[in-house]
Amino acid sequence: MTEGKRVRVFLVDDHALFRAGVRAELDSISDEIEVVGEAGSVGEAVAGIGHHRPDVVLLDVHMPDGGGAAVLAQVRTALPDVVFLALSVSDAAEDVIAVIRAGARGYVTKTISSQELVRAVVRVSDGDAVFSPRLAGFVLDAFADRPGAAPIRDPELDLLTPRERDVLRLLARGYAYKEIASELFISVKTVETHVSSVLRKTQLSNRYELSRWASDRRLV
Amino acid sequence: MELAAGADLAVRRRRNGRVVAGVAGGIADHLGVEVFWVRAVFAALTALNGVGVIAYGLLWIFVPQRVTGEPGEAPLKPRERQQAVGLLALGLGAAVLVTLLTGAVSGWIVGPMAVALVGAAVVWREADEAQRRRWRDGARSGVLGKSGRSTLIRIAAGVALVALGIGVLVVTTYQLDQIQFTLVAVLATLAGVALLTVPLWIKLVNDLGEERSARIRTEERAEIAAHLHDSVLQTLALIQKQAEAPREVRRLARGQERQLRDWLYGRDVGDTARPTTVSAAIALASGEVEDTFAISVQQVVVGDCALDHNLLAMVQAAREAMVNAAKHAGVAEISVYGEVEEDGVTVFVRDRGKGFDPESVPEDRHGLADSIRGRMVRHGGEAKLRTSPGEGTEVHLEMPRKQEARS
Repeated sequence: MTEGKRVRVFLVDDHALFRAGVRAELDSISDEIEVVGEAGSVGEAVAGIGHHRPDVVLLDVHMPDGGGAAVLAQVRTALPDVVFLALSVSDAAEDVIAVIRAGARGYVTKTISSQELVRAVVRVSDGDAVFSPRLAGFVLDAFADRPGAAPIRDPELDLLTPRERDVLRLLARGYAYKEIASELFISVKTVETHVSSVLRKTQLSNRYELSRWASDRRLV
Repeated sequence: MELAAGADLAVRRRRNGRVVAGVAGGIADHLGVEVFWVRAVFAALTALNGVGVIAYGLLWIFVPQRVTGEPGEAPLKPRERQQAVGLLALGLGAAVLVTLLTGAVSGWIVGPMAVALVGAAVVWREADEAQRRRWRDGARSGVLGKSGRSTLIRIAAGVALVALGIGVLVVTTYQLDQIQFTLVAVLATLAGVALLTVPLWIKLVNDLGEERSARIRTEERAEIAAHLHDSVLQTLALIQKQAEAPREVRRLARGQERQLRDWLYGRDVGDTARPTTVSAAIALASGEVEDTFAISVQQVVVGDCALDHNLLAMVQAAREAMVNAAKHAGVAEISVYGEVEEDGVTVFVRDRGKGFDPESVPEDRHGLADSIRGRMVRHGGEAKLRTSPGEGTEVHLEMPRKQEARS
């Protein structure tokens, strides 16, 4: 994302009221973001995203006819440059993990404040991952090495490094990237690298816990 | 017969506008013709050595009934019913007459057979009477519903007629004194009854499955409706009344949201009064603080284990830390993070509020010293505090998971 250019955002949510609210908030709060379109169903979303070519799609996890994961499945290969940020009220690990594994670059809850939402949108548009504390908790849980867990097949993807674990823990504790950086005596850029690496592992790993969560939502 | 347009639907027996079992009505619906003509064809076929009766019986067994509540069913008019019964009697009468005239079967056998047929009709009809009653009584009834006296009488009468018919048949064929033939008569009767009730059993099993799934659906819907009424609707009503007090509205909305989540995602439902796991206890404590102070507590717990004496003390200490943050930090959100590991449990309570200088806390303010640090140390854990003015506050609690501590 080049400086000065506005991030073009597309909203996907089956609740018109919620879309209107987010749109109003994003429009009023920030010059960095421009809402270019919205959709209330999977079909509309696929067509709308193809037409508007937004930078970031704010994607509801739960929708009739397949939800956010269905949109991702239909759009992602055709438009690899479009970035998806999942936005949901769901608290269930399988929903969150499923949409991340389908290709979303982050997950935030709908109760997020407008300022934080703007920051999250800008950050994913810059190619970073956005982990809410809850997502960080789920990922830590999935990668926990508890006794009796399934054997690790691919250490490269199935294990987190101690540093990644530290970063995730701090994220789960509610720390911002800058705070994590100063806590661990690393640069913000390094924090971002760690988070992106965790995202990649979450998406690609075949670890039992992750595939179980995803398969509960009939994905993967 | 030519198929009418729009007759692409599968044949379904009628549920409402029927005289015997709704077969004729179903076929009429399927073909798009007047039901009278279908009944007439059945009557005519019955006259041909009873083919119509057999066809009707087979269709009765193999054609499923319509689903309850499906639209497009007109109730039976009394005149139509009379007409149908007349056709039925006409068909049966014609059948008897034809048999008598053609002499295909001798007269003495036709009379008893007619009696047996009437008995059979009573039993067969009874099958659907019982079904109807079951549907009406819905969930309360078991397999046969409330089997009233009339049901029994009618079944008994049907069986008696069958027995009589078959008995007469056997007796007239052979001599009365031939005792073994009486036995044959009894066996024949039993066989007849078994034969008569076969369709009843088949239908019973089919209908029972359908009825059970319908009942489960209804019960689920009723449960959801009751829950939403007790919780969400009540809260929405309260919120409308309190619209002038944003703090109260926020508190109500948050409390309701948490409750609904617990219910939807099955988190420690029904056990909120006395949680048994660390995650449930932390969730409960966070909820209480949210409710009391109208702030939001973002809580994440990784892993889980059973709650013991020490861990309970730890959760209480964490709750105290949340209360402190809610009271003094001046923020709208607190982060709580718990991690359960093999050898210990860690909890962080953090706010981005104004923070304070630990040295300047007056002696008489015991919150931190007693409720948090004292409690942790007494139970074999430890508490660390990190704060400074303007930097927020983080309380770090650690409790080992060894069983050596007092229980």
